[in-house]
Amino acid sequence: MEIAFLIEKVAIVVILFVVTLTIAAYSTLAERKVAAFLQDRVGPDRAGPFGVFQPLADGGKMFFKEETTPNGANKWLFIAGPSLALLTSFLGSAVIPWGQSINFFGRIVPLQVTDINVGILYIFGVVSLGVYGIMIGGWASNNKYSLMGAIRGASQNISYEIAMGLSIIALLLCTNSLSFKVIAEQQHGINWNFWYQPLGFLIFLVCAFAETNRVPFDLPECETELIGGYNTEYSGFKMGAYMFAEYINMFVSSAVMATLYFGGYNYPGMDFVNLHLGPTWGPLVGVAVLLGKILAFIFFFMWVRWTVPRFRYDQLMNLGWKILIPLAIANIVVTACVITFFDKF
Amino acid sequence: MESLSGRKKVLEQKPMNFWERIYLPAIFKGMGITFMHMFKKKETTYYPEQEREFSENWRGMHSLKRDENGKERCTACGLCALSCPAEAITMTSAERQKGEEHLYREEKYAAVYEINMLRCIFCGLCEEACPKEAIYLDGPIVPSEFLRKDFIYGKDKLVELSITDLAAQKGVLA
Repeated sequence: MEIAFLIEKVAIVVILFVVTLTIAAYSTLAERKVAAFLQDRVGPDRAGPFGVFQPLADGGKMFFKEETTPNGANKWLFIAGPSLALLTSFLGSAVIPWGQSINFFGRIVPLQVTDINVGILYIFGVVSLGVYGIMIGGWASNNKYSLMGAIRGASQNISYEIAMGLSIIALLLCTNSLSFKVIAEQQHGINWNFWYQPLGFLIFLVCAFAETNRVPFDLPECETELIGGYNTEYSGFKMGAYMFAEYINMFVSSAVMATLYFGGYNYPGMDFVNLHLGPTWGPLVGVAVLLGKILAFIFFFMWVRWTVPRFRYDQLMNLGWKILIPLAIANIVVTACVITFFDKF
Repeated sequence: MESLSGRKKVLEQKPMNFWERIYLPAIFKGMGITFMHMFKKKETTYYPEQEREFSENWRGMHSLKRDENGKERCTACGLCALSCPAEAITMTSAERQKGEEHLYREEKYAAVYEINMLRCIFCGLCEEACPKEAIYLDGPIVPSEFLRKDFIYGKDKLVELSITDLAAQKGVLA
């Protein structure tokens, strides 16, 4: 029994790891393809049909490029920065429920690495650790631009984490649980949290863009002002680690948004499908639906990147502190009032 | 200040209304515009397979011309090298020997004629300077190479094919 449990968890972790890496790798291709299509181009199409081997070529290039370390850099922290960024970006996917429990040769396997009852707090903890990768990397580079990028990254993440947390509180008032598994189960069918918390979702979405340092909030990097910001001095695989961390962050935050607000693996007509496909294949359809939602969110991230220009730094701070936080607090108050009203009468 | 030309227009900047201030409608509109571009015709030219159309006066790779009898026009006067602002052209002249009259039009010819395509800026001053109408920038795009030395084009690449060469090539093809 114990051995089977161990094998089951290791299998889920390995599959999740591989899927995350694959999606992150292909996000780099998708980013270029989406950019190209939005700009009336075709994008990379030489490596294999439609450029499907482009990520492999890019990865190979990353490995074989010369890695330079600046003279004045702190050697140890210079390596620790990208490692930490990559590590923390991977950790987030552990609590996401990828589907209903599946019947695997007579054994009920929950499609989740671990169901901790404070899953949301865990995600927030891990995500806020991500900023250390940026800060340490920017600091260790001993470069003015990198330091500027690191400072921007830190202050941006701090200010947006508050609004993000507040928008989640309103959601928690509706769900009464911090466990991702419970939250996903509550959104059975089309009973998604988005219908109850549209404003909360909007705030969360904006904050997710800021947390993952994507355009229009890519101020820690911004090539045009800071020449790459915190990763100015990085090359080769360390640079690749930062890039990968960004795409994995995007994947994880898409998964969190899909699970918290868009029903996770739930979809209308799931009972019918489960009844006809049985307990093994039915949940797998749910997994596919969740992956579809995640990919849609990733596309949305890229779509916004090639539409909206970057915010100025003071605009970013204004938006975070003066608009999003009051809005999120108002959202909490209204949600609490409505819930109390419906409970009492 | 009073406008002297009378054409100055003062733009009236109205304060933004509520919907403009929350930016979201504008952002969604912009996203709609970018999304529609997904389905537009792509502008890409698949270069090595397809070639873009060039204008009439487009300047590409140089070619050294022959006259109507297939003799090389260049007399190695060096005016092209002199006029070249990038100093991309070098040549060595030689005197025409007995029995070479069918190869070179005049008594002097360029034994070696080299253009460094990495230096060349394709300004076309060489073709303007040439008194013999021997050099023209009427070729295609200079292809890429892996080594710098391969960008120094000699007569083997620059001189246009003679009538006999063309015939031979056609014979091979036919």
